Amino acid sequence: MYYIDPHIHMVSRTTDDYETLAKMGCVGLSEPAFWAGFDRGSVDSFRDYFRQLTDFERKRAAQYGIQHFTWLCINAKEAENVSLSREVIAMIPEFLNEPNVLGIGEIGLNKNTKNEATIFVEHLELAIQYNQQILIHTPHLADKYQGTRMILDMLCDDTRIDRSRVLVDHVEEHTVRHVLDEGFWAGMTLYPVSKCTPQRACDMIEMYGPERLLVNSAGDWGPSKPTAVPDFIFEMRRRGHSESLIRKVVYENPVQFFSQSQGFKFTAPDASVTTANS
Amino acid sequence: MSIPMTAPEVLDREFLEIRAKVLELAASFDRLHRAEGVVAGDPRLSLIHEALDVLQVEADDRAEQVQLIFSLHYDDDWQQKFDMASGQ
Repeated sequence: MYYIDPHIHMVSRTTDDYETLAKMGCVGLSEPAFWAGFDRGSVDSFRDYFRQLTDFERKRAAQYGIQHFTWLCINAKEAENVSLSREVIAMIPEFLNEPNVLGIGEIGLNKNTKNEATIFVEHLELAIQYNQQILIHTPHLADKYQGTRMILDMLCDDTRIDRSRVLVDHVEEHTVRHVLDEGFWAGMTLYPVSKCTPQRACDMIEMYGPERLLVNSAGDWGPSKPTAVPDFIFEMRRRGHSESLIRKVVYENPVQFFSQSQGFKFTAPDASVTTANS
Repeated sequence: MSIPMTAPEVLDREFLEIRAKVLELAASFDRLHRAEGVVAGDPRLSLIHEALDVLQVEADDRAEQVQLIFSLHYDDDWQQKFDMASGQ
């Protein structure tokens, strides 16, 4: 089955991983900007990173028939440095017209601090100003519930935000309902220990239905599995779910959500071209 | 939407997995008991016991309840405390 991984950090993965993903049926992916494992020291570090996301990774993926899309921001961990964050936010528009850019992300909260919230709101302003879609990281473990509720407060406070163009990621059993009830898209991240398993993601599909729900691997430099979406497909099949339902979640839903972005010029495996708002 | 499998089918498929997970928990508690030192007052242990209690009560939202036990409290006037204006 063809699928799209809507959240995976390929800068941290090897070229062999691209080959494996292609063999497993991955035809497209989106890569949000994230934390490199250390705090970067200058805006030029981010400029180089954004060049990697918009140029090098796109070409590396294309060698294996995978279409690569990306999101730009300074992540929540580094948002504690407010002055650097503001420099990065001011620089992001240099890249918004690159052909694979879908929007602003993954912005969000990490430890739910005032500085993180301040920079989150300033990212929202940037997205609104440039009519960009938004991809949001929610915190891990004990911080997740509180942080997700705070993020929803900030989003819902702003009437200029089109909720159908916002994806709130890393939802779990205690946050998914809040996100869907407010009209946003929700992403389930299949990630060992700190997030969700394929089995629990299937449970949430069964409990809430497939509308506005996405499944991703968030494969990165930490313990993670870039082929986690095929694990989800396998679990859905083992339970007896239909191929059409599985395809909706892992392929049609990402296409529907991303198609709201001007940067999503996607060639489907059957060669029909899906462009923004088509 | 519901799960296509019947309850007996789910139990058939998952009995050994559940057994193994319960066994892992039991072995973890044995390990804690065998080790030197005291953790009786550690709040994390209280959370674990609270979560284990949830498992014994018939409900269809036990995963959500367990998640909330291990979650920080959400305070809906956080924006006032951060001195952040709300509404646009």
